[in-house]
Amino acid sequence: MIGDIRNGGSLVMRRFLRLCLDLLFVKGVPVTDVAGTQYSVGANLSIKAHMPMTMKYFRGFLWSSLALLGGCHALLLNPPGDVARQQSDTMIISTGIIALIIVPVMIAIAVVAWRYRASNSKVRYEPDWEESPRLELVIWALPVLIILAVGAISWIGTHKLDPYRSLDRIAPGKPVTAATKTLEVEVVSLRWKWLFFYPQYGIATVNQIAAPINVPIHFKLTSDPMMDSFFIPALVGQVYTMAGMQTILNGVMSKPGRYKGFSSNYSGAGFTDMRFTFDAMTAANFRGWVAKVRASGGNLDRKTYNRLRQPQRHVPVKYYAHFQSDLYQRILNLCVNPGQMCMSDMMAADAGMHMKGMHGMRGHDRHMQAKPSMMTP
Amino acid sequence: MNSISAGAIGKITVPAFLCHEEPRAHNGTLLGFWLYLMSDCFIFGSLFACYAVLGSSAAGGPRAAEVLNLSALAVNTALLLVSSVTFGFAMLEMARHRKGAMLSWLAVSGLLAVGFVTLEIHEFINMIAEGAAPGRSAFLSSFFALVGTHGLHVSFGILWLIVLMVQLAKVGINEANVRRLRCLSMFWHFLDLVWVGVFSFVYLVGVLQ
Amino acid sequence: MTQAMPHRADIWNVLFGRLSLDALPFLKADTEGHILLGTLFVVLVGALGVLGLITKKRWWGYLWREWFTTVDHKKLGIMYMILGTVMLLRGFSDAIMMRSQQAIAFGSNMGYLPPAHYDQVFSAHGSIMIFFVAMPYMVGLINFVMPLQIGARDVAFPFLNNLSFWFTFWGAMLFMVSLFVGEFTTAGWLGYPPISELQPGTGTDYYIWGIQLSGVGTVLTGINFVATILKMRAPGMTLMKMPVFTWTALCTSGLIIAAFPVLTAVLGLLSLDRYLGMHFFTNDFGGNLMMYINLIWVWGHPEVYILMLPIFGVYSEIVPTFSGKPLFGYSSMVYATASIMILSYMVWLHHFFTMGSGADVNSFFSLTTMIISIPTGVKIFNWLFTMYRGRVRFTVPMLWTIAFLFTFIIGGVTGVMLSVAPADFLLHNSLFLVAHFHNVIIGGVVFGIFAAVNYWFPKAFGFKLDAFWGKISFWCWLVGFWVAFTPLYLMGLMGVTRRLSHFENPALQPYFIVAAVGASIIAMGILSFIIQIVISIMRRKEYAVGGDPWNARTLEWSTSSPPPDYNFAFIPQVRSRDAWMDMKKHGYQRPLEGFNPIHMPKNTATGVIVGMLSFFLCFGLVWYIWWLAAVSFVGMIVVAIAHTFNYHRAWHVPVDQIHAFEQSGNW
Repeated sequence: MIGDIRNGGSLVMRRFLRLCLDLLFVKGVPVTDVAGTQYSVGANLSIKAHMPMTMKYFRGFLWSSLALLGGCHALLLNPPGDVARQQSDTMIISTGIIALIIVPVMIAIAVVAWRYRASNSKVRYEPDWEESPRLELVIWALPVLIILAVGAISWIGTHKLDPYRSLDRIAPGKPVTAATKTLEVEVVSLRWKWLFFYPQYGIATVNQIAAPINVPIHFKLTSDPMMDSFFIPALVGQVYTMAGMQTILNGVMSKPGRYKGFSSNYSGAGFTDMRFTFDAMTAANFRGWVAKVRASGGNLDRKTYNRLRQPQRHVPVKYYAHFQSDLYQRILNLCVNPGQMCMSDMMAADAGMHMKGMHGMRGHDRHMQAKPSMMTP
Repeated sequence: MNSISAGAIGKITVPAFLCHEEPRAHNGTLLGFWLYLMSDCFIFGSLFACYAVLGSSAAGGPRAAEVLNLSALAVNTALLLVSSVTFGFAMLEMARHRKGAMLSWLAVSGLLAVGFVTLEIHEFINMIAEGAAPGRSAFLSSFFALVGTHGLHVSFGILWLIVLMVQLAKVGINEANVRRLRCLSMFWHFLDLVWVGVFSFVYLVGVLQ
Repeated sequence: MTQAMPHRADIWNVLFGRLSLDALPFLKADTEGHILLGTLFVVLVGALGVLGLITKKRWWGYLWREWFTTVDHKKLGIMYMILGTVMLLRGFSDAIMMRSQQAIAFGSNMGYLPPAHYDQVFSAHGSIMIFFVAMPYMVGLINFVMPLQIGARDVAFPFLNNLSFWFTFWGAMLFMVSLFVGEFTTAGWLGYPPISELQPGTGTDYYIWGIQLSGVGTVLTGINFVATILKMRAPGMTLMKMPVFTWTALCTSGLIIAAFPVLTAVLGLLSLDRYLGMHFFTNDFGGNLMMYINLIWVWGHPEVYILMLPIFGVYSEIVPTFSGKPLFGYSSMVYATASIMILSYMVWLHHFFTMGSGADVNSFFSLTTMIISIPTGVKIFNWLFTMYRGRVRFTVPMLWTIAFLFTFIIGGVTGVMLSVAPADFLLHNSLFLVAHFHNVIIGGVVFGIFAAVNYWFPKAFGFKLDAFWGKISFWCWLVGFWVAFTPLYLMGLMGVTRRLSHFENPALQPYFIVAAVGASIIAMGILSFIIQIVISIMRRKEYAVGGDPWNARTLEWSTSSPPPDYNFAFIPQVRSRDAWMDMKKHGYQRPLEGFNPIHMPKNTATGVIVGMLSFFLCFGLVWYIWWLAAVSFVGMIVVAIAHTFNYHRAWHVPVDQIHAFEQSGNW
């Protein structure tokens, strides 16, 4: 038993170190690891090549330690969504790297404090020792090295896993090709519910999203009027939703199932109940779900939307078989109702196209906004 | 620094640990006031940053080029810059201990600043009457906040100047008053500097667009 | 977003603004009303008891002369510490309310706090703990210790010091009043729009004006400290001979001067939006809420280091003292502190990686954030090597320090995890984040404050604090902290987000119950701290100590305990770092005669009056009682101007008084 753990442990460390090297070098350098396997270090500048195996062990290691702490289901250490999983990997790897320095330091503190206790007169006492340039070089260099490693991971991960970046793979080893179809979902956070448009299918839902597995999902998000954060932990990390602005998120799910989604940015009294479900299903089931929405839903027009946007808690799932085609764009541009000038037009005006009677305009009757989609890449 | 000699504090010989004479801090107040000005810089910095972000967000309303009055600006700037110069004259008179001349120059500086504030308020009223009120758009909000904060500073400076002139007239050019006048002088020139920023960043850039 | 006035005769609206009986929540017949009525009762009984005692013992004159109007940095420091402790009790009650609500609100049980109240509680908890607990503690510590450490008799601007205290005090009172008159903000401790824009009522206005008051006080203090440190150090004390605590005080004060004005500006703009209908942070008319979030964090992140740096200084004093060695790597420590000061300005965006700023921006801020951990790590090594080959005495301050090292390192690890931008997309706003910042603020700042209080208390009062109750308090805090926050870390990894007032997943309940237990253990720690103080006061004769009870190294220990008003009869002539140790080693003997009269500032009532008027100004602004605001504002200006007409603000301590004290003091 103990032997198993030892073997497992050394394997984890070996994989882990290899991974770190992998991340630190950009050019491919052939390296022979302890086990004698030759491979190319950092040939692809990414985590993915050696990730599955390494992460499996490392994750198992973390899992077992966490299980000791309470047997919780630490979803963020093992999320099923491919993007969330890679994000989680950056977290786990960087934690491991920091542990390389932190664990020895903590032990050292305990040992030093105890060994040099006042009552222990046997150990050396140097009451005037206060400097050692060489030692100081080391204590600056050690954290610098660690931060170089973690910084590299963060730099690469931040670019690779940028929520605005279209996915380049569906799963490890399954790249996105020209033939891959993407599901478009437009998201609006309302007080205190979520509205989802499916422009490709002409349907809309409240508090429920469904998506076929292994299909990249491209979210466009905005809000009316609060600032929320759209988060399905199993799928992909969160991003803010803000009124008059659009943010983007890309994700893909490999395992069918019902997952939780919610707002993770406080947005008022009903924030607590601002939950929705994310149903990942097979392509066939998804077609069935779309048909169900089409069959059972009503129509989402301006009037219905104005009712829907009223503050309300505990909103049940709703289906809409049709929606007013420009509704999402109008929500984003703060011009759902007639007489409101859309921000996109406003921008054009601000950018210099002269409007007549500008000086005479003083009323607040026209609802306006200047910066549309500031966040659009 | 005279130190207590060993003999003064006991029989044994000890190195000098204490100063016999009171060490005095020089210009602590001026440093403190300078630090205050630096902190004020950060307030103006935030307002400038806001203007930089929001200055083009006219929300379909009037844009900078349409509401900013360059001729009033020219007069305004001249008033403020000249008041800085006259304040400098006042400081020179202070150094020569010529109280009457100093007070006169201070009065001139104050009047020029009053002219500046009056003109600014006049401009504000005009803009609001034309529909370019601070609540009209983010551009106007940030414009009024930035220029208005500067104006409030100048108004405060005028109040300070009046109080200080009364004190100078009453007590004369003593150490405390010289210190205060130096601080006010820094404040005055600082506001001038900020105005140069407002002038180039808000007005010139706004009109050029 | 001005609120409509109550429907009543205009005259009432002129007189009372929007204040009416409906605004008194404790009169409402719901749970919230009952809780508040009970609290009000307790507060009133407590306050009346204290006031009655003061009146009965005829302490008013003494308090007014010796404390309220004082310009003595030591007394002001102590007053700041008392303010911090009282507000700690308030802020901690909020914590207990949150922990108990989250422990019971599962499934059909909605708990006892409806969201409207719960949201006020977490907003109040955060803002009180930062602005009125941590900040007063920090300013109080620096106030008390720094002038003594640099061999000065007071700060550069003693009157300003008094005024700053009263601004902070009345800011805190504004927060307290919001508990019983009106409501507090529900927009969180940073008052993010759109909530702070859209929220009607007085909550956000209380928040704005309370913080503005304390913010003004803090900026003035920062200026004061920098001028003091740069201009008033004892002869011979070059910058590189300053005690590390003074160095950290200097860096913190620099940060204050550069960061707090941004807070003042951004809250000012928010109030322009709220009061005058402007459009800085609104959704429409060109406003931009991201502007607010950026600006508030341009203050907010340096604020973290404003709190942390002086605490690093505290540990840098305690570790050498109780290891019987000078600090290892003094210059490293100083450069580390200075680089943290500068770097803390370049990391603010890591508080909102998830806003969608793009990969390049996020990477930049992710890296700067990580780079900050380098100097911080260096400090840890410095303390470690200070203990190395020393003689470590495990006194109460040292226990706090060692616990800090462990706890803070874990906080640092989780901090680096959060700074990895892709990981932050998962962890942002989760309970993991909540656990992380409590980990650094409790494990760093709070532990440091207790270490500092136990360390410098004998200097301030002439007797040591009871070690037994000190250790009980220590263990309760340490254990309580980990019991309370480990479940939060775990739940954060499960994807549980913060600020929820109700849960559906029953599997989470055990974690929240454990966390609540942890909070109650911390409560016992706070109680033990109070017992520790009470017992020590009772046994003050027994615990009496001389000037240097710890065999310490810096100049404050060369004075009597407590030090005289003038601190030093003769200003020290500094020859090396650890000046007091140098004096002790080289046979220093305290002179008992040959004194000169000492020039000291006189007490003044201006600070008390201006502070109180500022409270009425802000109260008037919160409730739209414009006449009150105007009268108070004019009053403040008039009193301040009147103050400048007094040219005789100093006096000389006569030689016989100095002579008498120097013969009798507690050395």
